[in-house]
Amino acid sequence: MWVVLLTDFFLYLLLAGVGLYVGFVLRTPHLRHAWRSVMTRRGGAVSVVALGFFAAIAILDSVHFHPRLEQPGAQVEYSNEILSVFDVLVGPLRTHVERTYSAPFAYHAHSKETRETPQGRVRVYPRLEYGGAHLENPEQERGWDITVRVLRGALLGAGVWGFLWLSAWQIRRLRGRKPRDPGEAAIPWWSVGVTALLILMLIGSVTQLAGAYHVFGTDKVGEDVLYQTLKSIRTGVLIGTLTTLIMLPFAIALGITAGYYRGWVDDVIQYIYITLNSIPGVLLIAASILSLHVYLNAHAEEYTSLAERADLRLLFLCMILGLTSWTGLCRLLRGESLKLREHEYIQAAVAFGVSGPRILLRHILPNVMHIVLITVVLDFSGLVLAEAVLSYVDIGVDPSMNSWGNMINSARLEMSREPPVWWSLTASFVFMFGLVLFANLLSDAVRDAFDPRVKR
Amino acid sequence: MIAYIIRRALYAIPILIGVNLLTFMLFFVVNSPEEVARLHLGDKYTTQEQVEAWKQEHGYDKPLLYNPEAGGLEQLTDTIFYTKSVRLFVFDFGNSDSGRNIGHDIRQRMWPSLAIAVPSLLLGLLLNATLALMLAFFRATYLDVGGVVLCVVLMSISSLFYIIGGQYLVGKLLQLVPISGYDTGFEAVKFLILPVVIGVIYGIGSGTRWYRTLFLEEISKDYVRTARAKGLSEQWVLFRHVLRNALIPILTGVVVILPLLFMGSLITESFFGIPGLGSYTIDAIQRQDFSIVRAMVFLGTVLYILGLLLTDISYTLADPRIRLR
Repeated sequence: MWVVLLTDFFLYLLLAGVGLYVGFVLRTPHLRHAWRSVMTRRGGAVSVVALGFFAAIAILDSVHFHPRLEQPGAQVEYSNEILSVFDVLVGPLRTHVERTYSAPFAYHAHSKETRETPQGRVRVYPRLEYGGAHLENPEQERGWDITVRVLRGALLGAGVWGFLWLSAWQIRRLRGRKPRDPGEAAIPWWSVGVTALLILMLIGSVTQLAGAYHVFGTDKVGEDVLYQTLKSIRTGVLIGTLTTLIMLPFAIALGITAGYYRGWVDDVIQYIYITLNSIPGVLLIAASILSLHVYLNAHAEEYTSLAERADLRLLFLCMILGLTSWTGLCRLLRGESLKLREHEYIQAAVAFGVSGPRILLRHILPNVMHIVLITVVLDFSGLVLAEAVLSYVDIGVDPSMNSWGNMINSARLEMSREPPVWWSLTASFVFMFGLVLFANLLSDAVRDAFDPRVKR
Repeated sequence: MIAYIIRRALYAIPILIGVNLLTFMLFFVVNSPEEVARLHLGDKYTTQEQVEAWKQEHGYDKPLLYNPEAGGLEQLTDTIFYTKSVRLFVFDFGNSDSGRNIGHDIRQRMWPSLAIAVPSLLLGLLLNATLALMLAFFRATYLDVGGVVLCVVLMSISSLFYIIGGQYLVGKLLQLVPISGYDTGFEAVKFLILPVVIGVIYGIGSGTRWYRTLFLEEISKDYVRTARAKGLSEQWVLFRHVLRNALIPILTGVVVILPLLFMGSLITESFFGIPGLGSYTIDAIQRQDFSIVRAMVFLGTVLYILGLLLTDISYTLADPRIRLR
């Protein structure tokens, strides 16, 4: 039985919006040109491919359902638990739960346990239930087994890549090659191909390994860390995108209205955003989240499941982050429309008797869209990083939700164990670094392509 | 100039009133003191008497805005709004939910915050400006490209990684300095080294990249071309002309955050166990001590507005072309 969580709904809305925008770009020559120039930069092209991989996981992880319970009889019962399509795809990762900590690729637990044997009590490392369980003699076999699996997975990935590449090439050939406009730079297909190949080989190897080992080890309750960090991608991507989706309407409407009408409208709007802006961001977020805590505490019985409650909290976090971050964009848009309203084409529209709202929509809005786009892409990486910090301070996402911040928060004290448990931290930092790095590279390329102030 | 400063200070009043009303709404209207009391007392089976006692103890038992039972002016002053929100304007923060005087705590805890924030800021400024000037000197070479890429990579790493990694490497593996804690007087230095170094390293990525764009913007201006045409050496041009002019936006960018240095850094202080205002705030958030959070929101706003005012003034001092009216 399918369920649509609130954040899922907003993500679908966002996807629809992105779809419409892509359609619009393809029909509008100057936008198509600008986006093409994003893709002609190596950083831009590579990060589009890599971010596509993150986005795919986030989207798969956002299609939720209640699994059907296996039971005899005609009555169909659904479990209370909410799973996503991604959970089903990764199968064993979710279900292979050990008892407690184990290192990456380990076949035995992280700490010794006392066992009763005929010779008396001995302290041994107990074998894991799933990790490396198929090996008879793990000490000798493990290295070879891992090598074989990595190679097999890489070959598989390369195979899929080859198939995709060939079919893309074939389609291109059948459709006939359109000559490129002179002066237009070529898209670095080479880099795109290599990035895609690397990602596919990585996916291949990890899928081959993940069935038999815990690639990033397991955490305190024995859950697979790779599974956790992959699930965290959705949280990170949602925070980075939904926040801007929620704040955009306010920022755009208020910003261009203030700049175009000036006078008392401008004064009121400026007062609102200066007031909000003068509260230090973290403190405003803390204050809002604390009062949300009280609200959730007082209305605890209204939420049927933990997942729904966590989901609501995620949505609220996005709203609150949006509330603190729209002021910057609003100010930029106000400044730009102050400048635009003096241009001849606006004066002409006014002289023709075009109404104010229509001028805003038809003449001002399209001419400030580049600022909106740059801000959206630029904000994304900052928001992903902010999530981790906020979750550390306990004002981020719900503690029951998978997120990099929560992973770091629960694992940071384990560094002082002997030997240290480093894999949870490493996994979350590596994935977060990947997402943020590619987002930063993309935002550089987008800014270079869209910002008229950047000299080319 | 003085008239300008006074006028700007007057502008701050409606903003502070707005912030005050906003926090009042967040803490007392969205959630009634009743619900706050229940959250603090915890379990579901708290009796009404316990809730009332808690409210009385913390001064939440008054009416929100208007007290019909009191006489005269007390009708307005003997309310939650007056005792908890209006008193903030005279920097009377009252007592925290655990009964300590907030104003006293703040005065005591701002010194450790400053001891971390000021050296981090100065060292960071010096290092970033030096690196950025170097990249600008080698502009459009592989060194420049590599430097910018390195900056983007450094920017993409979470601040938590720098802190946890730094603590593990320097504190635990090399055992050079203690991992966390604080001490009074000169002894504090050994606790401050690591947080300051990590703070500086964390800022390198974004700082250097930002300053580099500022330098490059100046380099493309006409007076630089004139200076080169006069036959000045590249070093002379960079240090005497570009650096001095680019320092205007750099310094004014610093001035705006100067007052906020008092507030300290939330994450750094709580990781390193420094008893500053940052860890004070974090503790308050984690203990859900609303009085402290409210006080810090107000204080932060005042300091931010002060920063903006100082920025405007410093513009006139640094750039004689700007006249404030």
